[in-house]
Amino acid sequence: MTTATTTSPRVIGDFDKPLWRRVLLTREAAIVGLLIIVALVSSASIKGFGQPITLTYLLLDIAPILLIALPMTLIMITGEIDLSVGSMVGLSSVVTGALVQAGLPFEIAALAALVVGIVGGAFNGFLVTVVGLPSLAVTIGTLALFRGLAVGLLGTAAVTDFPEFWTDLAKAKITGTPIPVITIPFLLLVVVFVVLLHFTPFGRGVYAVGLSKDAAHFSGVDVERTKFILFMLSGAVAAFAGIFYTLRYGSARGDNATGLELQVIAAVVLGGVSVFGGRGQIYGVIAAALLIGSLASALRLVNVTSDVINIITGTLLVLSVVAASFLAWLQKKRRRPGRTPAGAVTAS
Amino acid sequence: MTTAIPVSSLTKRISGLGKAREFGILLALVLVVTAATLNNPKFLFSPDGWRDLLLTPSILVLVAVGQAIVLVTRNVDLSVGSVMGLTAYLTGRLFIDIPGIPIVLVVAAAVVFGALLGLVNGALVAYAKVPAMVITLGTLYAYRGINVLWTGSDRVNASDMPKDFLALGTGQLAGIPILAIVALVVLAIAAWYMKNTRGGREYYAIGSDPAAAELYGLRVTRRVLTAFVLSGALAGLAGVFYAARYGTINSQAGAGWELDAVGAAVIGGVAITGGIGSVWGAAIGAVLLLTINRALPILGIPDFWQRAVVGLLIIGAIVLDRVLAVRQKRRLIEARDQS
Repeated sequence: MTTATTTSPRVIGDFDKPLWRRVLLTREAAIVGLLIIVALVSSASIKGFGQPITLTYLLLDIAPILLIALPMTLIMITGEIDLSVGSMVGLSSVVTGALVQAGLPFEIAALAALVVGIVGGAFNGFLVTVVGLPSLAVTIGTLALFRGLAVGLLGTAAVTDFPEFWTDLAKAKITGTPIPVITIPFLLLVVVFVVLLHFTPFGRGVYAVGLSKDAAHFSGVDVERTKFILFMLSGAVAAFAGIFYTLRYGSARGDNATGLELQVIAAVVLGGVSVFGGRGQIYGVIAAALLIGSLASALRLVNVTSDVINIITGTLLVLSVVAASFLAWLQKKRRRPGRTPAGAVTAS
Repeated sequence: MTTAIPVSSLTKRISGLGKAREFGILLALVLVVTAATLNNPKFLFSPDGWRDLLLTPSILVLVAVGQAIVLVTRNVDLSVGSVMGLTAYLTGRLFIDIPGIPIVLVVAAAVVFGALLGLVNGALVAYAKVPAMVITLGTLYAYRGINVLWTGSDRVNASDMPKDFLALGTGQLAGIPILAIVALVVLAIAAWYMKNTRGGREYYAIGSDPAAAELYGLRVTRRVLTAFVLSGALAGLAGVFYAARYGTINSQAGAGWELDAVGAAVIGGVAITGGIGSVWGAAIGAVLLLTINRALPILGIPDFWQRAVVGLLIIGAIVLDRVLAVRQKRRLIEARDQS
């Protein structure tokens, strides 16, 4: 069974090359390599980085980003984007909090928050697919809308009264390991999304939509339905991340997770997903999120402030895409000796 | 005969105004201001109300105009908030480090600095052929990081800056805030340039179809570069005025403005897919965005709901745009079939 990656244009052109080159000379491999280097160097040189507690906090800190990055990867492979996820985390947090405050059991409140996430995602999907609007514009709108609902519902108040069982569970570790319990649902979701993307007709459709909407349509992919489902998934996962966020910090506030969308997109793009769609893999995105997270925790341990970490994240993002583009240009030049690289016209 | 021509061109112009994309949003703005004024006449008819109405949106107007130019070329500049923060702090720093430095020089330095930051964005986008969203997302972090590193926990206070400079932020000329006049002048120049000159039209051509523009022989690379430089320079100018208006600048100045700027442009009818819209629209969008903020409490709605209203407005504006475009297309097809 061929995986959907074979539809990626870069891989098609590389089939004459040996397997190791196809696997190792990719963006994803570079990010994984970088992650391993950062992890090894930090454990060797920074006291405290190799300790279990660091890993626990690292995983707890980036869990919301990792979770939301999964559906975001698929959405961006179709060439769309969802900027409203950070606000949805806030909204689901507030819905959970407000309902618990109103006296409902936590489980019911969390379920309601999930429903809100699905409805919010469906709203995005409706505007993008049925009305036919650009997702960047739609989700800038719902970024403001969801955040506005979250802040409007609770104001500046915060709900902090959650059942101890759940708040403890959000921070709990799997017995005998430093790995937080949240990793289990996360891994389950990873499996679901990997299977969905790489082993189902739906997943092949996702790549096809990103490569060419028309071609996908003519090959029998329901483009609109695919996108609609993805936006709904994105809303649901963001809501789940919101519930986790609320429990982890034991506080539901309207401004929870402000700006999270940019961190998620940074991880997805660094992980090798093209913003033009059609290219990307889940393991690259996970590696990128882990890379950003470990860099941050390593630097924090040597008392580098979060601002330098921001500079590094930003520069890494820019460098990684510029390097990829430079390498592609170099390859093209080498392939056609004596010719100028096609007047620098590239598909844009 | 000869006298009839100006009349018909005038009516044409008026009916054209009604059809313009910007008209709907202007109408919304007038409605908001009217409703708020009816509830509380002070909203418009008091010196403070009048001043706030013009002053508050002026800084965002500058940023939104730059953003609109970039959006028209089918790119986006997410780094404007960070650029603004950096130039605002630079402004404060210059006044502190070089006592007695002329204000004009500081303004020029901030604009040039902003343009340089824009040039970095533009060069990376234009030469590396990497999508603007990725590049400017990267520089959004990088510039903000530099800002925080430079500022630290330090901050510039109003007392660190000359009175003349601060007067620029709050002062008035014939009842109109100086900032609003500057914003209006910048807006008028940009609008004229985008509408009437060859260069301005090339931005639209590039945004409508980059490949066609390239084949036609337009210098796409250079145009995209200048669009980002303009956006950076305007964000730089906005940074100076931010310093003059608010007096206090910490490392988080301008955080989150990128989405306000894009939102303002989108509300004002600038298409995120490039080639469509005007800087006028973006400016009206910016004014509406910030006026709603002040109007809501007067209309009896707690301002907590402000962002929700803004969100609905953005969605409403793009849906309306889409509906109008579809209807226009249908009408054109009908006209073709009849002929």
